[in-house]
Amino acid sequence: MTIPAYGARGRRVRPPRASGLAARLRPFAVVALVATVMGVPLWLIVSTAAKSQSEALSPDLSPPSRWLLWDNLAQVWTQGDIPAAFLGSVLIVVPAVALVLTFGSMAAWILARRATRLNAVLYALAISGIVLPPAVVTIVLLLRQLGLAGTLTGMIGVYVGIYLSTVVFFVTGFVRTVPLSIEEAARMDGAGPVRVFVSVILPMLRPVLATATILICLYVWNDVFYAFFVIGGRMDTLPLNLFQVANAGLYLNNWHLIFAYIILMSLPLLVVFAVAQRRIISGITGGAVK
Amino acid sequence: MTVTSARRTHPMWFLIPAFAILFVFFFLPTLFNFIYAFTDWSSFKSEIRPVGLDNLTDLLSDGTLFSALRITVSYAVLVALFQNLFGFGLAVLLERDTWLNRVARLFFLIPVLMSALAVGYVFQALLKPHGSLNGLLGGLLGHPVSVAWLGDTTWTLVVVSVIHAWKWMGLSMLIYLAGLKTVPEDVTEAARMDGASPWQAFWSIRFPLLAPAVTFNVATALLGSMNGFDIVQATTGGGPARSTEILNIFIYRTFGQGLFAQATTMSLVLFLLVGLLAFPVIRTLRKREEIL
Repeated sequence: MTIPAYGARGRRVRPPRASGLAARLRPFAVVALVATVMGVPLWLIVSTAAKSQSEALSPDLSPPSRWLLWDNLAQVWTQGDIPAAFLGSVLIVVPAVALVLTFGSMAAWILARRATRLNAVLYALAISGIVLPPAVVTIVLLLRQLGLAGTLTGMIGVYVGIYLSTVVFFVTGFVRTVPLSIEEAARMDGAGPVRVFVSVILPMLRPVLATATILICLYVWNDVFYAFFVIGGRMDTLPLNLFQVANAGLYLNNWHLIFAYIILMSLPLLVVFAVAQRRIISGITGGAVK
Repeated sequence: MTVTSARRTHPMWFLIPAFAILFVFFFLPTLFNFIYAFTDWSSFKSEIRPVGLDNLTDLLSDGTLFSALRITVSYAVLVALFQNLFGFGLAVLLERDTWLNRVARLFFLIPVLMSALAVGYVFQALLKPHGSLNGLLGGLLGHPVSVAWLGDTTWTLVVVSVIHAWKWMGLSMLIYLAGLKTVPEDVTEAARMDGASPWQAFWSIRFPLLAPAVTFNVATALLGSMNGFDIVQATTGGGPARSTEILNIFIYRTFGQGLFAQATTMSLVLFLLVGLLAFPVIRTLRKREEIL
């Protein structure tokens, strides 16, 4: 009996990946890494948020002598104006995301389908905002001139303006992969452009719109920089509120309340993530590596 | 498709809402940057008058402009470096689809979802001179440690960039993982049969195929962190002695002082910096992709 010279037929004879010892140690390395790099900061948040004021004065990793997590969360909820700030955040995020997706995909559809020289220029302009930073200071001046300073409308407009480029970029690339024949079939049945867009194109865009929704929600929900310039002091959002109370020194010696606030503020996104984790991961990675 | 039929089937008015908003809320303010950077706009006067290059020469003569530029670029380079090292390391470590690795990946995504401001406050608490990190290090080394992580005029910038990288490394990890998945198993196997060691097979076969992921990660980390604000503000506020004052911190601070024209000038500088760097950075990375 001879031994076949060139490997085995089947794929099962995988060469031993990362030899013995290293492979067996790897899970321990993973656990150790997660525990130190993620575990320590996350434990600091939870344990500090559960301490009394005097215990949390100098935040450390010791467990709280009595767990006061619920009391602290309740205190932040009432004293920290969470309901108002939460409402402000929702009132900004929801319309901003809806508008940026609608307007962005409308424009992307035309830019992807009509390859004229004008459209190439318009496309370049539309996606320039992906890298170019918005002019935060003069936005304030402009909003004042438009009578939109410190208003919900102004804030929504600013976010839509900033993130349209991301949507146009993602969606245009996606529309180009959708065969034109699908649109034409609908057109044969007498559908006008609006019908074609709403009932043929939009449903096809669902995966890419899901990705864009997640990314933009993440950015807008957590933004404090643009919010500070546009609505600072007039309206509240969750991050803006955290920023102001932490800055005011009001909470300087109240680390337990700051961390309780951080927990409450991060919870909505964490819940969404826990529910839709698989879709989110495939959505984010799908767009990037092409 | 003829022009007239395109006009009917894909009407240009679909572009109007998007471009109207882009014009008012993005292009117009950017254009204003080029105008108001050369005025004396401030909260102290009611009138706005042109002053030529005064704002720029002021910022140049007291050295603020160059120090802010140097700090911003160093910060961005450090963030890009650390975020990609961490993200790449995690992707390689957690590549196989075991349940432990899946759980670990989810943990590394938590900071991506958290607000950068919150991350900054957590690390401010963690890195206090009598804080937890020094406590842990003291326990390991057996003698008390009191490093002022956020109080050093040279090294704090590095520490803050590591925090920034910590927040975003989960995203880089995901993108590297997706990149690793695109490399077909046969290719590595073929290399092995030709006698390549696992180390060689990894670096000469799989790593080059990650080029698109590297391009995306380096470009977004580099250009994104130039526009950073939250983490620096929440950890150091630009200190100590303004050694971590990146452009957006300067803009925030001068705006708060009512010096709107100075803030606008720096905003213009940031715009030009990112604009000038974006194209060469993306082009170089793309070109490298083609060569590989």
